[in-house]
Amino acid sequence: MASQTQAPDPGALPAAMIEHATAMADWVVILPVVLCLIGGALLLIMRKSRIGQAGLAILVTIGVIASDIALLMRTLDGPVSMTMGKWLPPFGIAFTADVLSAGFALAAAVATLVVLFYTQAELQLREVRHGFHALVLLMLAGVSGAFLTGDIFNLYVWFEVMLIASFGLMIMGGRKIQLDAAVKYGFLNFLATTFFLVALGYLYGLVGTLNMADIVTAAAVAPKVPMAAIASLMLLAFGMKAAAFPVNAWLPASYHAPDPGVSALFAGLLTKVGAYTLLRILVALMPGTRDWLGPVLVVVATTTLIIAPLGALAQTNLRRALGFFVIGGIGAILAGLAIGTPTGIQGGAIYAFNSMLVMTAFYLVAGLVERVTGEMDTRQMGGLYAVNSPLSIAFLVLVFAAAGLPPSLAFWPKLLLVEGSVASGQYWVLAAVLINSILTSIAGSRLWAHIFWRQGRAGTHSEQPNDRLRPLSPTYRGFAAVPTGALVLAIVLLGLWPNPVFEAGRLAATGLVDPVPYVAATGLAPANDAAQGGAAMASEETPR
Amino acid sequence: MRFEVPLSQSLDYSVALLPVAPFLAALLAPFVHRIFGALSGWVLAVVPAAIFVVLLGYVAPLAEHPGEAITSGLPWIPDHGIALSFLIDGLSLTFALLISGIGTIIVVYSGAYLKGHRHQGRFLSFILMFMGSMLGVVLADDMMVLFVFWELTTITSFLLIGFDHTREASRRAAIQALVVTGGGGLVLLAGFATLHLWSAGLAGDSGTWLLSEIRQHDEVLRAGAVYTPVLLMVLVGAFTKSAQFPFSFWLPNAMEAPTPVSAFLHSATMVKAGVYLLMRMNPMLGGEDALLWQVLLTVFGGITLIWGATLALRQTDLKQMLAQTTVASLGLLVLLTGQGTEAAIAGACLYLVAHAAYKGGLFLVAGLIDHGTGTREITDLGGLRKAMPLTFVAAVLGGLSMAGLPLTLGFLAKEEMYLAFAQMGDVWGYVVMTVVFAGNAMMMAVGIAIAVMPFFGGTTDTPKNAHEGPLAMYAGPILLGFLALVGGTLTGWTGENILAPAASAIASHEVHPHLKPIPDFLQLPIYVSVATWALGYVLFRRLKDIRLALKALLEATGWSFDRIFDALMSGLVLGAHGLTRFLHHGRLELYLIVVFIAFAAAIGAPILAAGAWPEIVAWPDLTSYEYATIAIALIGLLAVLVARTRLVAIVSLGIQGFAVALIFMLFGAPDLSFTQFMVEILSVVILTLVMTRLYLDRHDRRVLPEVFRDGGLALICGVAVSALLLVVLQTPLDMRLSELFAATSVPIAHGHNVVNVILVDYRGLDTLGEISVVMTAGIAIFALIRMRGGGPKLGIGAKKHEAADTAERAGA
Repeated sequence: MASQTQAPDPGALPAAMIEHATAMADWVVILPVVLCLIGGALLLIMRKSRIGQAGLAILVTIGVIASDIALLMRTLDGPVSMTMGKWLPPFGIAFTADVLSAGFALAAAVATLVVLFYTQAELQLREVRHGFHALVLLMLAGVSGAFLTGDIFNLYVWFEVMLIASFGLMIMGGRKIQLDAAVKYGFLNFLATTFFLVALGYLYGLVGTLNMADIVTAAAVAPKVPMAAIASLMLLAFGMKAAAFPVNAWLPASYHAPDPGVSALFAGLLTKVGAYTLLRILVALMPGTRDWLGPVLVVVATTTLIIAPLGALAQTNLRRALGFFVIGGIGAILAGLAIGTPTGIQGGAIYAFNSMLVMTAFYLVAGLVERVTGEMDTRQMGGLYAVNSPLSIAFLVLVFAAAGLPPSLAFWPKLLLVEGSVASGQYWVLAAVLINSILTSIAGSRLWAHIFWRQGRAGTHSEQPNDRLRPLSPTYRGFAAVPTGALVLAIVLLGLWPNPVFEAGRLAATGLVDPVPYVAATGLAPANDAAQGGAAMASEETPR
Repeated sequence: MRFEVPLSQSLDYSVALLPVAPFLAALLAPFVHRIFGALSGWVLAVVPAAIFVVLLGYVAPLAEHPGEAITSGLPWIPDHGIALSFLIDGLSLTFALLISGIGTIIVVYSGAYLKGHRHQGRFLSFILMFMGSMLGVVLADDMMVLFVFWELTTITSFLLIGFDHTREASRRAAIQALVVTGGGGLVLLAGFATLHLWSAGLAGDSGTWLLSEIRQHDEVLRAGAVYTPVLLMVLVGAFTKSAQFPFSFWLPNAMEAPTPVSAFLHSATMVKAGVYLLMRMNPMLGGEDALLWQVLLTVFGGITLIWGATLALRQTDLKQMLAQTTVASLGLLVLLTGQGTEAAIAGACLYLVAHAAYKGGLFLVAGLIDHGTGTREITDLGGLRKAMPLTFVAAVLGGLSMAGLPLTLGFLAKEEMYLAFAQMGDVWGYVVMTVVFAGNAMMMAVGIAIAVMPFFGGTTDTPKNAHEGPLAMYAGPILLGFLALVGGTLTGWTGENILAPAASAIASHEVHPHLKPIPDFLQLPIYVSVATWALGYVLFRRLKDIRLALKALLEATGWSFDRIFDALMSGLVLGAHGLTRFLHHGRLELYLIVVFIAFAAAIGAPILAAGAWPEIVAWPDLTSYEYATIAIALIGLLAVLVARTRLVAIVSLGIQGFAVALIFMLFGAPDLSFTQFMVEILSVVILTLVMTRLYLDRHDRRVLPEVFRDGGLALICGVAVSALLLVVLQTPLDMRLSELFAATSVPIAHGHNVVNVILVDYRGLDTLGEISVVMTAGIAIFALIRMRGGGPKLGIGAKKHEAADTAERAGA
């Protein structure tokens, strides 16, 4: 629509722009995305050089990790916001990060770094030449952008970047199984993204703004019923992204198809973006819809928690089984949402952070198992316990991490979920969290028994040594096994000294439940209603 | 005296090192094994021995001040109020001494038992890890520290039961133990969390995780509504761990583990963790006024005692006999703990120590016999006393204590427990005493059988030529048997240094020992003991008949808890298969149907539930060309529905899109309209091209039910979307953004076309992102097209490079 208004008197213009240049230190909010986009472009230019590409991609990712750490340190004192193109919020786009965003972005970048090392062992030259590294960085750009942006339409854009890049990675290699997986992955995820867009249209029509901090204020006074419908639609869209039951079918249908490194990246990053968005939107942006969505969340969380490990129990394809563990983790995050108290949300947020690291590591370990056994089917595996101690230890640690048992990091968010559900009297959630743990340890220990303890392949000769095992090549040991081992070690060490994670998780949960500092960081005036909404949420957890 | 003045509010951080040291040793164990080989057992035993010696240092101070405790702690998770808090009182010290003392013996024994096994280093490492975990359980004061170590014992137990991993039975037993004890552990976690939250509510602050602090409010706790759920959750945790009926089936199966593991974990220590927990909880959840506690512990303990003892009579495998009597003994301990009287607590403490010593020793004897002869079947063994004289000594020492003959710890324990029931002086007391009497007699019969039958009678042919084991193996059980004898003889020392501190800690007030080596013949207990010996001896003489009778009986019933567990597990797996096949069938169109049902529900349900349907808008006053445009759109839609081939449907959809673009144009949005035209043209062209390349059926055939299903769903989705749209449109639109864009577009952004200015200035970052999307899509499509020629990547493994080569050639 062409502007037909006459140029008004400049003196009468509303305050629309920031007057000063953004402080250099604030650039750290956008830096992860900028680095990835520039890196991706450079990688396309140098697509003939394998070593150059690998080196640059790894360097860029290290840079992203460094800026994520710097950002996390800053957000410990309060949210950081940066305005893009000088247009003040809510008119322009702002990147706004708090502990939750920065922590997730950091975990995502760390997982990507480990995967980049790992893939050096399994990549084919043709995959390198066809832009593998560029796609990885672009996906990281999308994921980081989604975590860090403070504008909900901009969030949609980063979702698209992430989705297309992951689609490219999914089909990289061009095997038939990948194409089949890509169709299911593509259809259902594009559909989810479309639902998000539809919800955005409704939301804009209702509140007239796209800035998330501004939505906090506007949504509190918006009419209840359409808000509830929009929030439900968001729940569906991001529930699909996060692979919550009953819209999770795409995940087990696709995650095992690409190479292990790529599936590890997906398992670590993609579903957690959906989970992050749910936390952000349902808790911080639209707390008023909780009356309506609370029971739905309880049902979705409990069914996801219980059905996921049953799926894992029924699988014979190793990475397909792991896909169900990913879904189980999503159930735990949703349980935090369903509990809804600060403790529950802290548990959900820490679980998501943990799950990024654990699931990446688990798929990588599965990749090594496939490499040593030469099989993807657990029935054809066996005898690894006797020949490879480090791999055995890593796998077992991850089984217990998936089940949320000590000594891994995963136990602590489970504890918070248990506490939160007991404190708020949500005994169904409590039961589901505990049943999930026990079912996951059953499924995991069966996998372990089949792959590691049993001497040979399933069938009549199961107790004869498996003669098809091959030791890992030095390339695999150096590039794949060592970084994976380091990641597993990090998970255990964080489990042994979880205090920083607890602290960050508490800050993240407080930031969601009481978004006043988040709003203030963007320079918008917080409305009183939003503050009261936050306080009401916080007081829900009354000690008995 | 209440549990208050700690002996020293000592900041003795070395206590924290006690459970950690074995873990450090465990890390080194594989390397120690590589260097020292067969001697590694002796080398690694230094660690538990040192811990034992350190712990001995606490005996004297605690004996002087029974009922008090030494606490120490390090910060761990200050953000959640969790600290590495440890507490040494008589109870934890008794357990810790048992764990480290027997642990030393076990490590030495394992060095010889698994000599030459290629994974001996791994085994010793697991054993040490277990020992650290178990020490952590009994020393922890913080509930979360206790729980973490508790779960670690479950995990190490899992690894040790499955150590002999090439056998199906071991793997099954390991998973079974993990499921039962792990599941119980999770319930315990909920119990601890509830207890913590209760303390928070009580004090009005963030609460405490320290058992010693919660213990100070035990009466308030027992009176509160939270008591029953907490009690039940703690009991599930304790009962699964300590193999109480009906969870007892996992323990006999755990005998698949190597014998040192059975002796250490599944008899002397780990299975007593549940008993420990109950004793630790005694003034909190138990006590003389806690009826539910008393009833549950007595009933389940009693059933477990009789159940285990009965099943023990049936067995012929030495380890199985010992395992079933262990189940019985655990039941007895739970039963005694449940009484809550001073004498019962004293009896429990004595029996705990006595049982750990003799049962641990007898398990090691079973290992020696297995090692020396190659069999553990009691019916295949006989006359070993000449070939294995030292093993025989150990067996007799253990057997004496198990039978509860005078001058042994076992005797003192039995006297004390009979005294406890006699003191109760009511019918309940005598009923329970009868149950305990029967259980003890049955256990005694099994004890005599184990200590006597393999060693007397004629020699038999065994798989190996019977020979004595090495020093590392027989030293331990002889020492244990000897200690049981010394402890039973030097009653004064035992009473002051072991019994009084432990019993005082459990009872939470000072208990005075009154042990005497010579029984009081004016009291009832000695006569019950004599009766126990008599009945035990009779049962032993008739053991063969009893065994056959029991076998027949059990075979006649044809079921066991073990089988029920199996049925449940296979039912679970089958159910999981069925459910997963139902939910993950791989048919995209059904997935899409689920998604669209959810879509319609998400939008429609809130409106439907609130009854907030939009007002029906009045029919607008349209011009003729507007009617014409709508007609075109409708015709396009109708054509999609009736189209015979997919191609026609695609083109018809394009017609509808064109009509929408026309509407944009008519309402003054030329940019939007133009974009829409482009999109529609490209969509039709690309879809048509794709159609020609995909080998799809030209016709979209659906049977009638599918037509109704899909059509109905589409209709519902359409109605829901439209309804919400109307609702949204009927609320006033906030025009802040549009007004500002209109106002600033020309003077500040210097652009006359607001849409363009939005794209490149106001929301330039979105455009950057969208450009990245296009670039990414380009890379993805390029990769897809180019790699299709590369042929399939050949699985994982060696053939991979061939695929790479093919790809290279194709690429070149």
